[in-house]
Amino acid sequence: MNPTLERRVGMEDSHAIALAVRQCNVDVVAAYPITPQTHIVEKLAEMVANGELDAEFVPVESEHSAMTVCVGAEATGARTFTCTSSQGLILMSEIVYIASAMRLPCVMVLANRSLSGPLSIWCDHSDVMSIRDCGWIQTFAENGQEVYDLVFHAYRVAEMPEVLTPVILNVDGFYLTHVVESLLVADQEVVDRYLPPYRPRYALHPDRAVTMGAYGVPELFTEAKKAQDEALRATYPSIVKAWQEWGDLTGRHYHPVETYRTEGARVLLFTMGSIGQTAMVAVDAMREQGWPVGLVKLRLWRPFPHEDLRRAVAGAEHLVVLDRAVSFGGPGGPVASEVRSALYGQAGAPVVHDFIVGLAGRDVAVPDFEAMVREVLARKSAPRHEDYVIYGARE
Amino acid sequence: MKKLESLKEAVTPFRQAHEIGWRDFEPGFVLTEVASSGHYHTGDWRSRRPVWDESRCIQCGVCWIYCPDMAVRRKPDGYFEANYDYCKGCGICARECVTQCIRMEDER
Amino acid sequence: MTDDQGMTTCGPGCGWPKPPGQPLPANLNVYVSNLIPREEYFAAGHRGCQGCGLALAVRLALKAAGPDVIVVTATGCLEIITTPLPYTAWGVPWIHVAFENTAATASGIEAALKVLRRKGRIPDRKVRVLAFAGDGGTADIGLQALSGALERGHDLTYICLDNEAYMNTGVQRSGATPFGASTTTSPAGRRSIGQQTWKKPMPAIAAAHNIPYVATANPSYPFDFIQKVRRAMDTEGPAYIHAYSACPTGWRSATDLSIHIGRLATETGVFPLYEVVRGRHILNYDPPVLQPLKEYLRLQPRFRHLTDDDIARIEARVWREYEALKRRAEFDAKEEKRLKREEARVRRLARARAKGSRE
Repeated sequence: MNPTLERRVGMEDSHAIALAVRQCNVDVVAAYPITPQTHIVEKLAEMVANGELDAEFVPVESEHSAMTVCVGAEATGARTFTCTSSQGLILMSEIVYIASAMRLPCVMVLANRSLSGPLSIWCDHSDVMSIRDCGWIQTFAENGQEVYDLVFHAYRVAEMPEVLTPVILNVDGFYLTHVVESLLVADQEVVDRYLPPYRPRYALHPDRAVTMGAYGVPELFTEAKKAQDEALRATYPSIVKAWQEWGDLTGRHYHPVETYRTEGARVLLFTMGSIGQTAMVAVDAMREQGWPVGLVKLRLWRPFPHEDLRRAVAGAEHLVVLDRAVSFGGPGGPVASEVRSALYGQAGAPVVHDFIVGLAGRDVAVPDFEAMVREVLARKSAPRHEDYVIYGARE
Repeated sequence: MKKLESLKEAVTPFRQAHEIGWRDFEPGFVLTEVASSGHYHTGDWRSRRPVWDESRCIQCGVCWIYCPDMAVRRKPDGYFEANYDYCKGCGICARECVTQCIRMEDER
Repeated sequence: MTDDQGMTTCGPGCGWPKPPGQPLPANLNVYVSNLIPREEYFAAGHRGCQGCGLALAVRLALKAAGPDVIVVTATGCLEIITTPLPYTAWGVPWIHVAFENTAATASGIEAALKVLRRKGRIPDRKVRVLAFAGDGGTADIGLQALSGALERGHDLTYICLDNEAYMNTGVQRSGATPFGASTTTSPAGRRSIGQQTWKKPMPAIAAAHNIPYVATANPSYPFDFIQKVRRAMDTEGPAYIHAYSACPTGWRSATDLSIHIGRLATETGVFPLYEVVRGRHILNYDPPVLQPLKEYLRLQPRFRHLTDDDIARIEARVWREYEALKRRAEFDAKEEKRLKREEARVRRLARARAKGSRE
């Protein structure tokens, strides 16, 4: 990586996202404000107002219309951007499902925030967990650098002709929006090498009229859904390839599942999102004390990387999954339930322990990790599917 | 831009819903053949059909303009007829005809 | 007035329909249909009911719009009858997304066309955006998206196809269902007159957004319809057209009467034809005498439970609202003249002052 093709700056993470979106030369931005995503749209508005970004900034009247504007614009052949959180995501979720069925390569940054009720503006994963089945590619960032880098990856992957699937980039609300970090910002030349202009397969234009959004009669609906399912599964190699390309250009490599000090680990922590950063510090602290602990971080949430996950946890006895959402009346932690399913029937798979932490941004610090590992090691029998713990809840 | 005065001829045979396999779809289920509704003959719905008495027809075109199914067409001689592949027999043309020269006959 | 077949005609001098035995009309306007463009951008084979009023409205609108258009449609009758996979009745680019977001989809397309043309990624020529939605998808669930699009000033044309209920799902009431109409969710019964509220005034709501062009249009008056769609599409900025769409299935009327009923809607004052051009109301057609409302209602079984008293009450309101519209149009015309005179006076004063100061 040529050191002159990037520079180090201190920047608020939201602004890093806006900068990345600008560097992607998007055509249409659909903006509706919701805490904690507001700084992203504000920065983009400023860039458009100052002529730094040549895009149509559409200040829509609700998130539902925000996603709709993106769908309409993508269908016309434009590269679009929108971002939301929590209630806004739920409101637009009807269209989120439609965007992926229509195979429109929208990119959305989701600043993860609790779902009401009660109302909460702070970070957890309940919003993204409500759209697990939506058919989008979904990735998670852990720090400001990743937040910046993964925007480019999102557009690159989404618009690949063999992919044509929308992408959600999950960034923890406040932690990865309002925090100021030191980042390496890529030169425009690098971005242009990485991300070609968007060439839609089909676009709404009278020169070549098409019909988009016809309705599915029962005679062919099953086939339609199979087509969508096969398409999403098939995106996996392209996702990995796009990360490889970014790694070749910048030296920063990303993978569907990443590990930290898992060699010889008996207990593995399992995280998604910014909590993984603290987890790394906790692993160092515990290793210091001689505990055989490591960390597995899930970066690619959809399509779920089953094989990568199985490889990453092989050899460990316990897997401590940290969920930031509750699936009420069901498996408790959504991530834990999916991890458990991925490991079901696998010989030698670790026991899965489910802790629900960090709801509404509650801090999870090194002592909390230590406490959870201690508890796991003290357990006499393997927990059942329904034995999850909402960690730290005062009586 | 294609003119749609007559039924389009499909270049490839048109697959109906129950014949389509999951690999046959375009991404996003985009339909690339415009006006393919022509493959479906709504004329089957009819129980009455319009018949013109050309001795009274003044070729005004009112029947043509009011048909919701684009199923009235002008013949080369200037008179009008129904496209019986699509005519649903609603009777609007007969009702609106200025000279009342269109009769609705029971479909045989 | 009724002719000898019991058919209501639109008064003396109307000219049609003419029963057999009558002399042929001397009114050459009858031949204007032949001047309408022959090209169709809306194909036969669509699954609309026999006598579907909205299908005709769409046919006429597309004739007015021509091929350089992108059409958006809400979930509803129009979308269902035209695009059951793998068929499509559209000869122009077309998209359907969902039920309540037609105006937002159109906004996204308009924004994309603007920026792509500016960036040179699509040919440099005007392509227009035309949105269709039903009365439910406009006045109820679609109102928010429409209001947002109108406020933001996107360059698009939005046509509400008003068949006065949620027809596609089985004739349920909407905010546009007229008072006294029986629908499946406002059924006439021993304790109910049917729809118990008055129709939401969508053209007025659209006009309240201060958009440059609003119009009501009726496919029973096809030339007026086409002209209005053309005007709407030529307008820079948002344009709204409220289109009367007879529905034999939902109104339980005879399939051949759709045009006739539409004509009566206008002739009785229920659906007046007017435009609001930059805030100025213009009444396009003022019948010398409004036909009795009963002539309109009796052809539609959705109203058959109404008593003469009910009808009289409704008619009084129809007449009141019609008079108000007429007075508004007269006022707007006078105001426009007055403003022009005022501007001319101010200009004269300014010229005089300038002349005086030079001397």
